[in-house]
Amino acid sequence: MLVNRKLILAHFWLAFAVFGIALTLGAWQMFIRSPIGTWLSNPELYYRSLTAHGTVMGYVFPTLVAMGFGYAISESALEQRLVGVRWAWTGFWLIVIGSIMAVIPVALGRASVLYTFYPPLIGNVFYYLGVVLVVVGSWIWVALMSVNLSVWRKAHPGAPVPLAMYANVAGSYLWAWTAVGAALELLLQIIPVAAGLKATIDAGLARVFFSWTLHAIVYFWLMPTYIAYYTIVPRAIGGRVYSDSMARISFILFLVVAMPIGMHHTFADPMVGAGFKFIHSAFTALVALPTLLTVFTICASVEIAARLRGGRGLFGWIRALPWDNPMMLALAFSFVMLGFGGAGGLINMSYQLDASIHNTQWITGHFHLIFGGAIVIMYFAIAYDLWPHLTGRELIDLRLIRTQLWLWFVGMIVTTFPWHWVGILGMPRRMAYFDFGDPAIAPQALSVTFSAIGGFILLTSGILFLVILARGMRAPGADAGPYRFALAVHQPATVPLALNTHALWVALMIALTLTNYGYPILTLAMTEGTSVPAVYVGAQ
Amino acid sequence: MSARDLFTFSNPHFTRGVGITAAILIVTAVVGFIVLPFAQPWVQFANVWDAICSAAGVPQRAANVTAPEQAKRLSEVVLTSNTLSRPSQEAIGRGATLAQRCAICHGPTGISRADSPNLAGQYAAVIYKELHDFRSGARTNAVMSPFAVNLTDQEIADLSLYYAYLPRLPAYHPTPQLPKPNIVIYGAPMRGIAPCGSCHGSLDNKTGSPWLEGQSETYMKAQLLAFASGDRRNDISQQMRNIARAMTPQEIDQAAAYYASQPPDIVKAVD
Repeated sequence: MLVNRKLILAHFWLAFAVFGIALTLGAWQMFIRSPIGTWLSNPELYYRSLTAHGTVMGYVFPTLVAMGFGYAISESALEQRLVGVRWAWTGFWLIVIGSIMAVIPVALGRASVLYTFYPPLIGNVFYYLGVVLVVVGSWIWVALMSVNLSVWRKAHPGAPVPLAMYANVAGSYLWAWTAVGAALELLLQIIPVAAGLKATIDAGLARVFFSWTLHAIVYFWLMPTYIAYYTIVPRAIGGRVYSDSMARISFILFLVVAMPIGMHHTFADPMVGAGFKFIHSAFTALVALPTLLTVFTICASVEIAARLRGGRGLFGWIRALPWDNPMMLALAFSFVMLGFGGAGGLINMSYQLDASIHNTQWITGHFHLIFGGAIVIMYFAIAYDLWPHLTGRELIDLRLIRTQLWLWFVGMIVTTFPWHWVGILGMPRRMAYFDFGDPAIAPQALSVTFSAIGGFILLTSGILFLVILARGMRAPGADAGPYRFALAVHQPATVPLALNTHALWVALMIALTLTNYGYPILTLAMTEGTSVPAVYVGAQ
Repeated sequence: MSARDLFTFSNPHFTRGVGITAAILIVTAVVGFIVLPFAQPWVQFANVWDAICSAAGVPQRAANVTAPEQAKRLSEVVLTSNTLSRPSQEAIGRGATLAQRCAICHGPTGISRADSPNLAGQYAAVIYKELHDFRSGARTNAVMSPFAVNLTDQEIADLSLYYAYLPRLPAYHPTPQLPKPNIVIYGAPMRGIAPCGSCHGSLDNKTGSPWLEGQSETYMKAQLLAFASGDRRNDISQQMRNIARAMTPQEIDQAAAYYASQPPDIVKAVD
């Protein structure tokens, strides 16, 4: 039962609108940096655009999707009207205000610090305050998800929490705790400097705080995708979830091990001890576990659908899958990109292997493949699946939808594979300009050109996506029925307490954060003389 | 359902969940803090505790080695956001009086006719740093050094504020404006040269870097050559020496000629 459709639609529309803008900026950046573009003679414009692209794609877009999807899950999985609708709108408007507040200094060139902040670079204080407002808005959503679940629990004592809601709340708790790192960095370190109260900043400590956020945020982005894998795909293709418990275990594993691993982003940084880097590296390896569990469970679930449709043989069932179903297509594309991206990730998390690709275009290729590819393509699928229920109108043109998904998949591969390649060749990331006339990098010009073409394929796909959704708002009305989630082969009648609640896993998540981050943060905070003068963007 | 049922050792999920997590943590900690440090034959540890401290990144006081005596003095200027903030009319007035003795080379309005830098409207931080460097000997010049050596901190600040206060006037000898050379707007990434404009204005400005528009071509060329040869060494992180060394003579000519041909009123008003 979806009651607050306007609320959910508002989140989705805002998310996809800003996504469209940021996607355009991204394509422009790829073009201008490639041999086919004419250099604009001003790197500052490039970094301005890059900051806007990253801030929207990293903070605003996925957060809004997770929030909108979360509200939809809460209402339809719990079959209960959303409690705290006013608060939900407050959160939404905080994000709107925060985004506008952040984007103005970025557009004026006063905050070209990239979305990862990079202290001692310091931009205009309103940029950071805007980001803080976005995070505060999303924390309201976290609280609401928790409140709605507990209201439901009171009405259904001891009943198994529906999987979609269980996973959704796990994702919200992960975000709540993950965002604390960047919040500490902003509130304790960056904002006082940006506001002019201090002139120096402990850049090392700031980077450690940010690594607290920066890796687990990826799993927060991933949560809606994984929820879609487990609770939408099997239903949409006519199958069942192979194992409800396996799904729950995957989500709680994300909760526990997604957090204490962020220092693999600081392998090349001198301020963290090698022992802690090793622990973080080992825990990063563990994150592969819930993903492998998921791949197994979803493949098994998909096989169930195929066999129900008459598929036979060891692999012959694959042909029996409903390949014309956009959800099936999105899942397959997502898995392929997850596979390649995940394999690349194993290299990034290895202390020694990382050294060869650290700060190269490989990294940019990696996170675009995982986030822009595997994750975002499922955001599209979620939108397509929910749209008829939100608008009360049918999405008629399945062929257009399939084209859009194909274009996104092909575009992402064409964009990111050459990116990985030039990264291995040593091309650095975050550069506004490359002199492809120089014999040393002239051979990379072809790869970079392909990559830029991929960017335009992605842009085409993104525009198509918005067109499909917009047309869906004006299509003839049709009752899509209640929104339902996939059922498991064995629907749980009872679930062990630990897999029906989050407390144990949240406690472990916090405990591991303390063990893996406590000492490095404390020593850095207490060591004197570790601050450096701030470098103000656009100031003399 | 209550926390008491969950957080108890009779709950197998609790025992296993906490047990496995703790076991992984302990194993990785032992490997990371003890096994791997000792696996590096090129590092010697006194004992296990020493290895653990090293792997944990315990800050250690650097060995008490005195820095080798520098043959030449280095720049020691410290600039904080308070150093030159809120110039008072009195400070500017004092600076104007002091500037009488600078006028013979730098011009009565801060515009030089003698291939010395034009100081009118130059950033205060720049003049402040250069005067300090002339005084300390980090930068030397037969004419400037004797002038600077007797200045007090207060006088240097006043002079800086006075010149920063003056309007940026066009130089006496404007040449036709030249197109932007590559070195100014692109730099030379493969030789590690950032665009001149990314610090010296026209693209962006970094604290301590002067704007160069309308400055004397001869002067700028001489400074680039001095940086390249190492005769001038008051760039704190050697950034100008590294850049100038990697520049070709042609690029030095182009950059100097380009900046000299620009009117100073196009300097971004960011201060």
